[in-house]
Amino acid sequence: MKRAIIIGGGIAGMQTALQLKSQGIESLIVERESELGGKLRDWHVLFPSFTPAADVLSEMRHKIHATGIEILFSAQVADFSATEVRLADGRTLGCDAVVVATGFSLFDAKIKEEYGYGIYDNVFTSADVERMLNEGRVTKADGTTPKRIAFLHCVGSRDEKVCQSHCSKVCCITGVKQAMEMKRLFPDADVFNFYMDIRMFGPGYEELYREAQLKHNIHFVRGRISEAGPTIDGRLQIKAEDTLTGRPLRMSIDMLVLLVGMRANDDNTRFAATTGLQQAPSGFLAPRDLFLSNVKSPVAGIFYAGAVSAPKSIGEVINDGSAAASAVAEYLNA
Amino acid sequence: MKRNSWSDYQKQIADDHYYYARSCIRQNFFPGSEKAFIDILHDDLGRDLLDDPKHSSCTGIGYHSDIVPLETIMTVVARQFALMTEAGYEHFVSSCITSFGIYSEILATWAEFPETEERTREYLYKATGREFRKPTSLAHTSDIIFHFREQIAQKAKYRLVNVATGEPLRVVEHIGCHYAKIFPKSGIGGSEFPYVLAGMIESWGGECVDYPERRHCCGFGFRNYLVQANRGYSIANSQKKLESMAPYKPDFIVANCPGCTMFLDKWQYAIAEMEGTTYGEGGHGIPVLTYEEMAGLVLGYDPWKLGMQMHQVDVEPLLNKMGIEYDPAAKYLGRNGKFIGKPASAVVNCCATDTVYDIRE
Repeated sequence: MKRAIIIGGGIAGMQTALQLKSQGIESLIVERESELGGKLRDWHVLFPSFTPAADVLSEMRHKIHATGIEILFSAQVADFSATEVRLADGRTLGCDAVVVATGFSLFDAKIKEEYGYGIYDNVFTSADVERMLNEGRVTKADGTTPKRIAFLHCVGSRDEKVCQSHCSKVCCITGVKQAMEMKRLFPDADVFNFYMDIRMFGPGYEELYREAQLKHNIHFVRGRISEAGPTIDGRLQIKAEDTLTGRPLRMSIDMLVLLVGMRANDDNTRFAATTGLQQAPSGFLAPRDLFLSNVKSPVAGIFYAGAVSAPKSIGEVINDGSAAASAVAEYLNA
Repeated sequence: MKRNSWSDYQKQIADDHYYYARSCIRQNFFPGSEKAFIDILHDDLGRDLLDDPKHSSCTGIGYHSDIVPLETIMTVVARQFALMTEAGYEHFVSSCITSFGIYSEILATWAEFPETEERTREYLYKATGREFRKPTSLAHTSDIIFHFREQIAQKAKYRLVNVATGEPLRVVEHIGCHYAKIFPKSGIGGSEFPYVLAGMIESWGGECVDYPERRHCCGFGFRNYLVQANRGYSIANSQKKLESMAPYKPDFIVANCPGCTMFLDKWQYAIAEMEGTTYGEGGHGIPVLTYEEMAGLVLGYDPWKLGMQMHQVDVEPLLNKMGIEYDPAAKYLGRNGKFIGKPASAVVNCCATDTVYDIRE
């Protein structure tokens, strides 16, 4: 019986495996962690519906276990071809097709040194906020309640200085969603979003953006923050330019949240070099074409699912998994 | 203050045999500092350094003011390198932040656009008959002091500690825009959380003050002060920094750049005279030091031989905090005991300037 190996057990890999199973094709998920779910494990609720991430994840895990799909945990992939996957521990796994569903990496906010992440206690990333929301305890570093919170969009996205020219796509709506969550937690707090463009591309996103302004009085300032520094009372001072009024501004805040972008995995370069795959200028793996073969790699028998090929939302990733499974089935049944 | 990123920015700093390029303006602003650097390298650290009288200005101020073309300044810099080459040195050390930025920029330009280096070599040869090798290392003088900071700490006679309380002195450090903002990797610690001065301060017992406008320009900015009508911008920038740091009660400021050191010192006088505002203890100013002066004090150099009587803001409160022995009456005596004149009393100054100097005069 023909078998596909899916590299990565996040949402994309899980959906691919489920769809392959429904089409009667066996698959093996190779996951480097000790459990399925990828980055979704750390997310709190999903935009734009505020659906708990845990609900989505637990349902998919349940289906995976119910269908008996084989999973290899804690396994690092060294390299692969369309017919075999070699693990870092020396094992070689045979297969008839490979689906690369290794996702993305979060931009390391420390690289944008001017914002002081890792240096100033009350500078957080959007991933930190999701973690704190999951833990049910969102506070300043000293445990007190923030009175003024600023979100900064495009940290590690659309930024040539850090070699991340692409748009990470989901940060705008994440900023809106997290700002609303903050406002619900701290109704008296002032919440600001500093942005260069607001890109509300998905269904319900624009409505959420308007709701944030109209119902929650969240402020949107078109301008980038240039730097963050400490104040003598333990707060942060930020500097920015409000480009709509054409004036610089300084503001003291209690929390700065950096909406970190999605960047290509470092592994992509190695995979491309050893397997004949191609990288887009952004570093993500480039599909054979962007329309009719957007889940196929240039190499026959190797497919992509999810954010390994570009920044995507959870919904898009799930669709991608289904599309990849169909393409694999078509390939194996040919 | 956490500075966990500074170690990401490492640069190669030569251990010995330096070709020294002085600053045009430091000898007027803080005249003992360059001499102190040479003395520390020669006498305290036993290093070889050539103080070459043949080198010229790098013409950086003219370049930044648009009166010296790029090709000209490249040729001038090439001549400095030619002098270094002829003297048998390969480690170039610049005393000025502007020059350091110029040398960094030109070396980067030559690397990026090799044809500009070829043209410069041609211009230099036609004009002077000289040829040059590019330096194998380029450092600012503060990089060198940083490099030897632990050796200086071992030889220290005084520490950056308040002898009355035992507490570390609180120090504002200011590295200057052209040290690392143009090429962050050229500076120790990069541009956002630089470590070149902070490393010295920590090694010698002090504590750095981080404040909201730490990264702001001092206001030197060439067009700000060269054009008289723009000088308000210059003093406004210094004022912004001083207002921001004052609540932290720093014991002194140490600066990296000739312009920063001068403007942070002398604009305190101007602000006090214009508005009656002062930023230091007791209604006076905050002393402003060069890093050579700071190193010199730590090593036990006489403050007046370091040229600290030329500061606008009196340094005596700092000397007293560090427990430094000095002769207050010798403040305005130059070399060979000759009276060099004294300034009129000013709000930012805290020390009497009367009687003892008049008697000696």
